[in-house]
Amino acid sequence: MDWSFPINISTQGVGIDNMFWLIFWITGAAFLIVEVGVLWFLWKYRARDGHKARYTHGHLGAEIIWTTIPAVTMVALGIMSGQMWADIRSPSSFPENALTIGVSAKQFEWNVTYPGADRVLGNEDDFTIRNRFEFPVDEPVIVRLESEDVIHSFFIPEMRVKQDAVPGMTIPIWFEATQTGEFQIACAELCGLGHYRMRARVVVHEADAFNRWYDEHTGAAQVAAAD
Amino acid sequence: MATMMAEPTGVPVRVEEHPQSFIRKYIFSTDHKIIGIQFLFTCLFFLLIGGLLAVMLRFQLGFPGATMPGGSLLPETMAPDGIILPEFYNSLVTMHGTFMVFFAVMPLLVGVYANYLIPVQIGTHDMAFPRLNMMSYWMFLVSGLIMLSSFWVIGGASASGWTQYAPLSASPEASGVSTGQILWIVSIAIFAFSSLLGSVNYITTIINQRAPGMTWLRLPLVIWTLFITAILGLLAIPVLTAALIMLLFDQTIGTTFFLPDTGGQPLLWQHLFWFFGHPEVYILILPGMGFVSEIIANGSRKPIFGYKSMVYAIIAIAGLGFIVWGHHMFQSGMNPALGMSFMITTLIIAVPSAIKVFNWMGTMWGGSIRFHTPFLFAVGFVMLFAIGGFSGIFMASSPVDIFIHDTYFIVAHIHYVLFGGSLFAIFGAIYYWFPKMFGRMINETAGKIHFFLTFVLFNLVFFPMHGLGMAGMMRRIYEPAQYEHLSGIQDTNTMVSWAAFGLFASGLYFMVLFFWSLFKGKPAPENPWEATTLEWTLPSPPMHGNWKELPTVYHGPYEYSHPDMEKDWLLQNERPDVVSPAHH
Repeated sequence: MDWSFPINISTQGVGIDNMFWLIFWITGAAFLIVEVGVLWFLWKYRARDGHKARYTHGHLGAEIIWTTIPAVTMVALGIMSGQMWADIRSPSSFPENALTIGVSAKQFEWNVTYPGADRVLGNEDDFTIRNRFEFPVDEPVIVRLESEDVIHSFFIPEMRVKQDAVPGMTIPIWFEATQTGEFQIACAELCGLGHYRMRARVVVHEADAFNRWYDEHTGAAQVAAAD
Repeated sequence: MATMMAEPTGVPVRVEEHPQSFIRKYIFSTDHKIIGIQFLFTCLFFLLIGGLLAVMLRFQLGFPGATMPGGSLLPETMAPDGIILPEFYNSLVTMHGTFMVFFAVMPLLVGVYANYLIPVQIGTHDMAFPRLNMMSYWMFLVSGLIMLSSFWVIGGASASGWTQYAPLSASPEASGVSTGQILWIVSIAIFAFSSLLGSVNYITTIINQRAPGMTWLRLPLVIWTLFITAILGLLAIPVLTAALIMLLFDQTIGTTFFLPDTGGQPLLWQHLFWFFGHPEVYILILPGMGFVSEIIANGSRKPIFGYKSMVYAIIAIAGLGFIVWGHHMFQSGMNPALGMSFMITTLIIAVPSAIKVFNWMGTMWGGSIRFHTPFLFAVGFVMLFAIGGFSGIFMASSPVDIFIHDTYFIVAHIHYVLFGGSLFAIFGAIYYWFPKMFGRMINETAGKIHFFLTFVLFNLVFFPMHGLGMAGMMRRIYEPAQYEHLSGIQDTNTMVSWAAFGLFASGLYFMVLFFWSLFKGKPAPENPWEATTLEWTLPSPPMHGNWKELPTVYHGPYEYSHPDMEKDWLLQNERPDVVSPAHH
């Protein structure tokens, strides 16, 4: 293990990773102040003969300093994180005309529903594939997440995407991949006996390849509907 | 103070006139000290159970699919041929969390030390409601035994996580566990009632029965933390109880509070659980902060730095603690705008925690530090709790939480807070007050060995988990290495498991040391640590009723190294002008 994230292949992941490392450096500095400070005090102020402890009940200035600095830092982190959060999750951040795919979780599989040839999800030319989630690179994708039984959590580590799937709710999320390749969906919320093996294949295609794959399937769906 | 009239000083204490039978004195006792000790023994047993469950689940993670040594002792339904089954693994993670949170850490902090310390530190004879106190212990014991028994019912123990997210916990079909799940709910409901009895008792006692001169701002900080903790419990636990009753009805009589098909709402469980659960997190840390404040002032031989700001920080943590629960639910499907508000309150709650850490450092600054075992554990608390605080900031930032939520990063975080924090504080408290409770000392060298073993092994177990979380290792996964992104983590998991076995062994070493010292430890003097609070004016152990004549308090709790005095500590009932002629 090398203390790093899996590679990031999403547009949102860049900001998430940068925010992680920003907090890492801020808390890292505070970590050094606290840990080195404690060890240094332990050494410097160890009991010695003829040395008496300083009799003091505190210092208002010190209290103000170590209240204000963390407070300002935290509020700043909050504002920055809040902006980023809104860019990812607020309803207004969702791209127009994105490819919309339905993902429905159930013990212990992921059913991915693609819109049919009309590219509109929720009518009868939709087609569903179990445990395979395919989408094009460099194009925003909206996932409408549902669950049939208990709570699951839709996690694609490389996409920096995680969202619980809650029975009775349809939760939309969106993302955009920047690289092609094969990845996995993992379930991140304990969902029962087979939780540990509830995974699915993720394939991110080049646009051309995706369209070919898609046409094959919509064609298949139309043929199936005609029968 | 009205109760002072009802209990005039100078009244001889009951016990000396009415010797009690063994059963009244040690089993069905109403003496707060005996009840505290009963809690202590019971909690150490449950701590051992929780540790054993951790060892088993770490065995599976370290050596997936291997035959566990001694595993053949377990029934076929748990580990056929000694190989842990996935369903048993789910029960292991659930019950490890349950035992540690509800039956070890929380009652060790509150059941043991609120009971033992409140009367002897504020200067009174006993709790306000001694019989409720006794009832609180017995209900606790019953709830713990019910929980333990659920391992042996058909279907095994609850397997829906200690957070019991519905619908997994709400219908027997979902988790595959029926009786065990019902027993979980019943056990925690009884536990909740027991905690409420405790809370009412602690609050009433602290408000009404402080000794003459023991004003609010002369209270030892441990009393402040226990007082605020009791208020948190009083307000948060009924919410849990309500949720548990709804869950029990869903499970047994076909209601659908949390099942969506007929109008229920799974997220309702999470809101109710975390409305309790987040104050619970502070119930699990505040008393530890109290112990640590006590011990650091004593070890440093200095008054606590910034007593008032410590008190304000305790109150601020408690108040903010009620409005941060949604940070557990950033990825739950809750409205993202709501997530924003919870993020801000969560980041702000880091401030009072930071204030406390800096004040402990301020207390050590300029001190004359004595490195006794309790002090080592208290410093360990400060160093490790700080790490737990820092890792919390990552999760508080909701975009960052998208990735690390439900990974080992949060597992690392909770253990830095609850083990590196709370349990280190508890070990410190056990070493510190053992002489008072049992009249014997724990050998210092043996105690320091325990500290260094625990400190080193703790970090070997839990620090690498931050890295596992960054690699994306999910929680509660029976066989993580089957995932492509986790194919490289098995070595780390194996190393962590070895360290965890070592950590468990150091816990066993502590248990042996504890029980050996009960019988063979050197007799303890009245005030072995040369401390300042009222319990150290009593014999070790104190008699039934504590005081023949209630003490009078003249000043704050941490008068160490007063410049006018020869000795470097001044008990709360001593006056500097009387103790030290030099003052005149």
